[in-house]
Amino acid sequence: MRRIVRWSVTSTVLTFAVSALTFVLVSLTPGDAARAVLGRDATPEQYRQLRAQLGLDEPLAVQYWHWLVRAVHGDLGTALSTGQPVLRTLEQRLGPSLSLITGALVVSALLGVGLGVLSAVRGGAVGRALDLLSMLGLALPSFWLGLVLVAAFAVALPIFPASGYVPLTDSPWEWLRSLALPVLTLGIGGSATIAKQTRDAMLDEMGRDYIVLLRARGLPERSIVLRHALKNAAVPVVTVLGLLFVGLLSGSVLAETVYVVPGLGSTAVTATQAHDIPLIQGVALCFTVIVITVNLLVELLYGRLDPRSRG
Amino acid sequence: MTPSASPATAPTAAERPAPSVPGVGRRLLRRPAAVTAIVFLAAVIAAVLLAPVIAPYDPLAQDLQNILAPPSAAHPLGTDTLGRDVLSRLLFGGRSTLTGAAEALVVLLLIGVPVGVSCGYFKGAYDAAVMRVVDVLQSIPVIILLLVVLSVFADSESAAMITLGLLGLPGLIRVLRGNTMVLRDTLYVRAARSTGLTELQLVRRHVLPRLVGPVIVQSSLFASSVVLAETGLGYLGFGVQPPAPSWGNMVGEAAGVIDRQAWLLVPSGALIALLVLALGVLGDGLRDASAEAWSGLPAARPARRRRSAGPGREKAGPAETRRDGSERRSGETSAPSERRAPADGALLSVRNLTVAVPLGGELTTVVRDIDLDVLPGQTVGLVGESGCGKTVTAMAVLGLLRGGGRITAGQVLFEGRDLVGLSGRELRAVRGTGIGLIAQDPIGSLDPGFTIGSQLAEVVRLYERCSRGRAKARAVELLSLVRIPEPAAVAARYPHQVSGGMAQRVGIALALAGSPRLLIADEPTTALDVTVQAEILDLLLSLRDEKGMALILVTHDWGVLADVCDEAVVMYAGEVVERSPVDEVFRMPVHPYTTALLESNPASTVRGSRLDAIGGTVPPPGAWPDGCHFQDRCGLVQDVCRTSPVALRPLPDGRSSRCLRHDDAARLRKVSP
Ligand code: SF4
Repeated sequence: MRRIVRWSVTSTVLTFAVSALTFVLVSLTPGDAARAVLGRDATPEQYRQLRAQLGLDEPLAVQYWHWLVRAVHGDLGTALSTGQPVLRTLEQRLGPSLSLITGALVVSALLGVGLGVLSAVRGGAVGRALDLLSMLGLALPSFWLGLVLVAAFAVALPIFPASGYVPLTDSPWEWLRSLALPVLTLGIGGSATIAKQTRDAMLDEMGRDYIVLLRARGLPERSIVLRHALKNAAVPVVTVLGLLFVGLLSGSVLAETVYVVPGLGSTAVTATQAHDIPLIQGVALCFTVIVITVNLLVELLYGRLDPRSRG
Repeated sequence: MTPSASPATAPTAAERPAPSVPGVGRRLLRRPAAVTAIVFLAAVIAAVLLAPVIAPYDPLAQDLQNILAPPSAAHPLGTDTLGRDVLSRLLFGGRSTLTGAAEALVVLLLIGVPVGVSCGYFKGAYDAAVMRVVDVLQSIPVIILLLVVLSVFADSESAAMITLGLLGLPGLIRVLRGNTMVLRDTLYVRAARSTGLTELQLVRRHVLPRLVGPVIVQSSLFASSVVLAETGLGYLGFGVQPPAPSWGNMVGEAAGVIDRQAWLLVPSGALIALLVLALGVLGDGLRDASAEAWSGLPAARPARRRRSAGPGREKAGPAETRRDGSERRSGETSAPSERRAPADGALLSVRNLTVAVPLGGELTTVVRDIDLDVLPGQTVGLVGESGCGKTVTAMAVLGLLRGGGRITAGQVLFEGRDLVGLSGRELRAVRGTGIGLIAQDPIGSLDPGFTIGSQLAEVVRLYERCSRGRAKARAVELLSLVRIPEPAAVAARYPHQVSGGMAQRVGIALALAGSPRLLIADEPTTALDVTVQAEILDLLLSLRDEKGMALILVTHDWGVLADVCDEAVVMYAGEVVERSPVDEVFRMPVHPYTTALLESNPASTVRGSRLDAIGGTVPPPGAWPDGCHFQDRCGLVQDVCRTSPVALRPLPDGRSSRCLRHDDAARLRKVSP
């Protein structure tokens, strides 16, 4: 319960922080939105009118308040580059991004936990091999790894499409195929992170007294490792999973660009290139909401896994 | 992979202060991987700085006759889409990455060091507030904020790098805060405080120098994430604009011709990856080196380093210790005592048992030549000071040795069968149902993740192969057997919700679930409140009588020994030095060590008198003297005692002693029992 309270405080602060931060940053720009819409040739009169119309002549705090009220009502403004409402664009782009990130998270968790447990239990050579692998996994730039995978599995061996995204509703099979390489790209680094954490947590657990006692009672090693040690080791791993998710959001920006996936990340990149400030603000807010949701899930999972957190 | 990947792992980095730099530096240079990383980093930085001097070509010079060429003598890394020399472009292209990393690092350190140190030093509300902000910062997806900054500040890479520095703060602040908290309470800082230094002087002279290590570790890990982010932005088309080269935009350019010349991906991508790898290796190496300098021991693997590992508290190896007879090495640690036949009708007969544990990389014998007999229903007390090997002996009987320990010689005959060398499966069949175990730390002996009831039900199902419902009912029965009031309610609790005494009752219930013939209780009451100690011991004894179990009681408590044991086995420095019926021990000890223990506890037959406080210390494993282990503390020592190992010899009255002058041992007694 205390953790949930803490979560709501952090979440509220986070939402305000990100939105206010972007807002203040935007206000620092030399040319404002009116200038951007009108271009250089507009008369000062036109410029003043549009500024008033957009509310840009009011104090910053008031502007922020108006923006916030509109945002709460689902109005995030209009994307300058496309003329579409920002919310519509976000809705369209959410699906691909979530598919990609969730996929990557699942791959990271399964692969990472599996490898981590294996190396904790087997130790020795397997452990060292895993160390090396996870070092590499963390060192390879995701965009570059993505390109290498394209060169290997889309160009040299055309197994998967090099780019594009097929919605799940169009064809589940093609959806899977289109996601395979991007998910793998993000999942390799992610599973390296998780594997490292899992191994450390497992080694910690396996050294505890209760493990010796479980053995002394004659329980099979498999149940000691997979039922008892893993359940307790999962507690720190779940925390890392939450942080990993934030990392994957960042990674998705690059992966979506590499694989031309029409998601939030690639939208953010094009919006940035076009200086489309309402759109980039919208994406930032959307990312924040996703992070908050995931943090909540982590807290809930944490409560389930660690009886001590329930008091 | 992503900039936030390293902050994710950073909090575990170091919760303890690092020692000063020189020791760490020396240890770092002993690590080949770290040295390679340093050399590589230095080479890359030098090459990038010297690009105008050493680059073979102008990075912008095109040669359209020779585009996308593979590596050749003229172009060691080939040419790009416009026939430009890839090597030269790499050399010039590194500038933005290195500048970016420098900018981000400056921001990180300028803010992170003062904030982190002050949080740890002053604690309180200020610290709590900063940590909230840190929590929030940690949840911001890095790249998206970079994109916002880039869109606002018209593609200014410096702005992006400064932002990156700010976003890296959580990792550094957490680590410095943790280190400072520990440091400010260390003795010498407190001592310095009493000399009247101001807080600021104190921090500057005594805290900051010791934080250099963790700061460098964090900086190195952070730099690797900056390199990834900077090149990522370059790849996305921000920052340095073509035709000027940057590592990121070179990858981007290669992406365009991926189907024509995949090689072009390699130089830029591999260089980035190697740079990140080198920074990571350097960071890890530094962390390990400083942890090592801290503990004074070469650390084998990261997870084990967190706790100090004395012989007794050695952490378990990753896998269960195999008790493989083939690993026994005869000769080397061979016992001087003659082979003694197992006692007739003994439930447990340990003979010549020797156990070795890897300490500091060397297999060190921790107990040797142990003999022990337990008759059915008998209670045998294992006594001696801490560090004499009582626990190791008890655990070796079950084949459960920690820290990679193994039995190197001897037999453990349980009901006539030698347990040494049995397979894991055969051993499991004995554990729980043949021999049960009760440990010292009652709460730590229970799995924190499961309710007490489900832990009991689990073993019940293992032993009885019954239904879940039946097992649950049996679990509650077992709890009432150990006289827990409201057993059903306790069954639903988690270990952290019960008291130590209650947890020990649960521990006894768990040990009884398999109705073992022999129970090993390793100081079952030491960790408990004095008030409940007697209760638990009495419970244990009455259950022993009820079930007719034999009991091995490891104890510090001379009074307990006198009270409840039939037979006393006295251990000293890894050896059994005396085996006697309990009455005889008090009447006439046959080893000077036993005498000394009795002497130091005049009221020794009263429960609660601990055996300690005899002059000198027990020599640790690996430092045992030649000859008798007790020679340095013995009042009867003679030259012969120092020359050759003393054997445990049976005496005419059926007792055993490991003393050349056992007849004189009792004469040392001044106080009569
Ligand atoms: S053997 Fe010698 S040194 Fe050892 S206990 Fe006996 S008398 Fe003392």
